[in-house]
Amino acid sequence: MSSGALLEVRNLESYYGPVMALRGVSLDVPEGSVVTVLGANGAGKTTLLRTISGVLDPEKGSVALAGEAIAGVDPDVIVTRGVVHVPEGREVFPLLSVASNLRLGAYTRSDDAIEDDLGLVLGYFPVLKERLAQPAGTLSGGEQQMLVIGRALMARPRIMLLDEPSLGLSPRLVSAILATVRRLNREQGVSMLLVEQNARQALDIADYGYVLELGRVVLDGPADRLRQSADIREFYLGGQAAGGRGERRWKRRKTWR
Amino acid sequence: MEILQLTVSGLANGCIYGLIALGFVLIYKATEQVNFAQGDMMMLGAFLAVGLGNADWLGMPFLVACAGAVAGMAAVGWSMERLVLRRIFGQSQVTVVILTIALGFVLRFVAGLVWGHEPLSLENPLAGSNARFAGLVLGLDEVAVIVVTLLLTGLLFVFFNRSRLGIAMQASSQNQLAAYYMGIPVRRIHGLTWALAGAIAAIAGILFATKGSIDPSAGLLGIKAFAAAVIGGFGSLPGALLGGLLVGLSEPFAARFIAAGYSQIIPYALLIVVLLLRPQGLFSQVMGKKV
Repeated sequence: MSSGALLEVRNLESYYGPVMALRGVSLDVPEGSVVTVLGANGAGKTTLLRTISGVLDPEKGSVALAGEAIAGVDPDVIVTRGVVHVPEGREVFPLLSVASNLRLGAYTRSDDAIEDDLGLVLGYFPVLKERLAQPAGTLSGGEQQMLVIGRALMARPRIMLLDEPSLGLSPRLVSAILATVRRLNREQGVSMLLVEQNARQALDIADYGYVLELGRVVLDGPADRLRQSADIREFYLGGQAAGGRGERRWKRRKTWR
Repeated sequence: MEILQLTVSGLANGCIYGLIALGFVLIYKATEQVNFAQGDMMMLGAFLAVGLGNADWLGMPFLVACAGAVAGMAAVGWSMERLVLRRIFGQSQVTVVILTIALGFVLRFVAGLVWGHEPLSLENPLAGSNARFAGLVLGLDEVAVIVVTLLLTGLLFVFFNRSRLGIAMQASSQNQLAAYYMGIPVRRIHGLTWALAGAIAAIAGILFATKGSIDPSAGLLGIKAFAAAVIGGFGSLPGALLGGLLVGLSEPFAARFIAAGYSQIIPYALLIVVLLLRPQGLFSQVMGKKV
């Protein structure tokens, strides 16, 4: 059943409290690619990432990184294997300086390239350079989002799990941040699993996409094909089939049900 | 002159309150648990030093006994977290409060069984000697308390701001979830925080016992230290120390200038005033989360 992908998720079932949030999800993230998972609130996107990064234990199913099973392993061990999770909501350490926040990203590492990587991160996010000594809690929302992505990069991950980096940011900032994500993927070779509600912009930078609904994958395909799909356009991109009000007298149904 | 002497003895007491308060705050910040056994840990630390150092007991050299007591209390703190508190992780605050109060009772009875209920004093090289300068007579023990607290504060400051482990401890107390995601072993850090709180309690106990005598109910001092921690802003380490100093200073002055009997009320009156005027405490570090 192995597909040779870097991250393989198979038939994952997971509970969020009493709610069964994942009802058998399978997906692949090939090495070096950007894969996006789209879905509305409550589709199970965050639960999926939490289960992969080891914060939640799956009820059933498997997660494998480069062929090695990691489901149910403690999160600190999973980070050392090369999976780092950037949680939604910009979880910085508010009273610590930006520099300390970044160095904490490398907590599991003990090599001496950490300072070089700090320079690398600041190269990608030059705004942070001016703010190194400032407490992270005083940064703006966009800067905090850059900080958490930079902090995750400090762990030198093989794959980054990004949970809604666009949440609550202006459209311009969202494009800038997603463009940086794509650059990190190309230039640093970090594979990305990007969870988004902002389908249009996520599909713009992704290679492949999955649509999650109520804990199931209902549709998947290469990003450019998903962008063209009538269903995706209708329900996630906010587009409307030709013709305006009055001509259309039916409510379009999703064809994947 | 009198004012100065009252100040020194107030500061010395305040340092001890401050150190116990520091233990409260350390554990609270790291684990969001309030450890009401902190005062009793202080008491047990003092008794460990007595048991190791006093001539009637093991008779070790004073500094060796102190080091032993500090290491012993670090082990006690660590095991309390490991064996008891970790099992109720995620339960409500009330559960934790009742459990730690009960643990305090256990420590008190253990101390009573081993060392008896009569007050004991810790034999130490400073007992009874005075330092004189500028016409001031200061008990060396009081001076030592202040000096040791200052040194310890400096050490803790360096530890929390410079060392990898210290910064990781701060990080996991500020945002436990993010610490998890960064691969910081949060549970191990909880255990280490309890060990640190135990070690600090032992130092507070040793200082307390060099100034006077110790008996198993000395842990009730913890209540005053709790008031100090709240006054300082529960959740701020410097606040805890300063709150302790404030409470400590208020006592001798109240005893000197206010009618006898009323002076005991002062720390709690202070607590009520602070809670009414500045409910987050005097030196709290709160930062609203940006959305």
